[in-house]
Amino acid sequence: MTGAFPSENATGAFSGKVAAGFPSENATRENDPALAVAHLSHSFAGRRALDDVSFSVGGGGFTVLLGLNGAGKTTLISLVTGLYHAHGGAVRVFGHALREQPLRALAQMGVVFQQLTLDLDLTVRENLRYHASLHGLPGSLARERQAAELARLDITDRADERVRTLSGGLRRRVEIARALLHRPRLLLLDEPTVGLDLSTRRAILAHVRELCRADKVSVLWATHLMDEVDTGDHLVLLHRGAVAWDGPAGELCAATGRASIADAFMARTQA
Amino acid sequence: MIHHLRALSGIIRRELLRTMNQRGRLAAAVVRPLVWLALFAAGFRNVLGLSITPPYETYILYEVYITPGLVAMMLLFHGMNNSLSMVYDREMGSMRTLLVAPLRRWYLLGARLFANALVVIPIVYVFLAIARWWDVRPPALGYAAVLPALLVTGLMLGAFGLLISSFIRQLENFAGVMNFVIFPMFFASTALYPLWRLDDVSPLLGWAADLNPFSHAVELIRFCLYLRWAPVEAAVVVGAGAAFFWLAVYAFEPGRGFWARRAEA
Repeated sequence: MTGAFPSENATGAFSGKVAAGFPSENATRENDPALAVAHLSHSFAGRRALDDVSFSVGGGGFTVLLGLNGAGKTTLISLVTGLYHAHGGAVRVFGHALREQPLRALAQMGVVFQQLTLDLDLTVRENLRYHASLHGLPGSLARERQAAELARLDITDRADERVRTLSGGLRRRVEIARALLHRPRLLLLDEPTVGLDLSTRRAILAHVRELCRADKVSVLWATHLMDEVDTGDHLVLLHRGAVAWDGPAGELCAATGRASIADAFMARTQA
Repeated sequence: MIHHLRALSGIIRRELLRTMNQRGRLAAAVVRPLVWLALFAAGFRNVLGLSITPPYETYILYEVYITPGLVAMMLLFHGMNNSLSMVYDREMGSMRTLLVAPLRRWYLLGARLFANALVVIPIVYVFLAIARWWDVRPPALGYAAVLPALLVTGLMLGAFGLLISSFIRQLENFAGVMNFVIFPMFFASTALYPLWRLDDVSPLLGWAADLNPFSHAVELIRFCLYLRWAPVEAAVVVGAGAAFFWLAVYAFEPGRGFWARRAEA
């Protein structure tokens, strides 16, 4: 496979420059981007869902994938997690091509899907244990990490309750904890705050930003909510299946001459 | 390798916990064949004359004849429920959680099937124990000999369910599967009537029952339960199971199948 990815710059973030091609070796290289999406295209029944989408998520960076409903965010997450193959283009996770080395790529990834994917009738602990076993963690290590993640979420006392009894915000937090059990270096979240109240949304966003900063986890946060974007974030704006902006969110405001992300978004997508 | 075993044991554990949580479904799984045994078979025993057919060595009661068919019916319903839960899972997204685990897709699907085939077996034994009250008393060793037959039949029907689930896009379509797949598969088989009876009624029906892999599953269970060797039936069940599984894995492959064409919200 050949193709070109936008390369990373020295700050570990992003740039518009284009690299010559893929490194061919199997080993993960530290300077490979956490996620590199190159020329990704996909259609459903003749309708183009993604059109030549390219961007990358730098190591340890927080990238927001912003787009309205139907912009192609969920399709993109499905392709990046290998649920099905794209019709064109390629995905690399820390240098591992998803098509050729899906298991290496998936092992580096933690995913929080848009729909709730916990077993409602199992306890929090059982849900985490199931996930740990799928990632091959030995029992003692799994227990240790469960305890650590539950403590971080401050829900150790509810670990033996069924997920059904938890609020929407807590369920989301459990899903984030679960996605982190195998210590992925890339965390993908597909609209994780949908349906939650404002304070819960903010708490979850702050939690993930903290993870990104403290644990150096690279994050791709897909959302349609403009207020979840910070001016310092790397912003990938997806509009009708194509990238309408790829760069610092603050620069989008500057480029469009608008004060807020929402106004800049409208200016960029309605132009 | 150890990763594979840990994943398998995790998947089995989850299936067990889920099954035990669904008490209503568990009860229904035992009561359904008992209703057939107590009511349907009682009504039919005087209507239907049975000649001596292998593996039976004497004239038998209709209840005795129908029991292996009812066991296979339990496995069929369980396999299809499994298929339903896969569609439900897929809609709810927990199938996705399974498929992003860093293991081969065929292994994850196979482990899921194995777990499903395993959890139904204790329920089958509960039914067989209760069936003794209706004088269905196969030899003691038969209960052990039937175990592998239950497992391969469970796997075959589970793989069939998985294949069907890859065609279903919505939960509601399951009613269609019930009418067009489960009922024909069950009634056009040797579960309720011996093959020669079906042949008498209509050669076409006899032919359909003979081709139906479910008939072979029923006969495999029947022969094993009465300690008779059934190599052809075993080969058909294993072969059909392998074919269904291969097709299901093909349908769930990331590059093909329905997901690649499926529009998402």
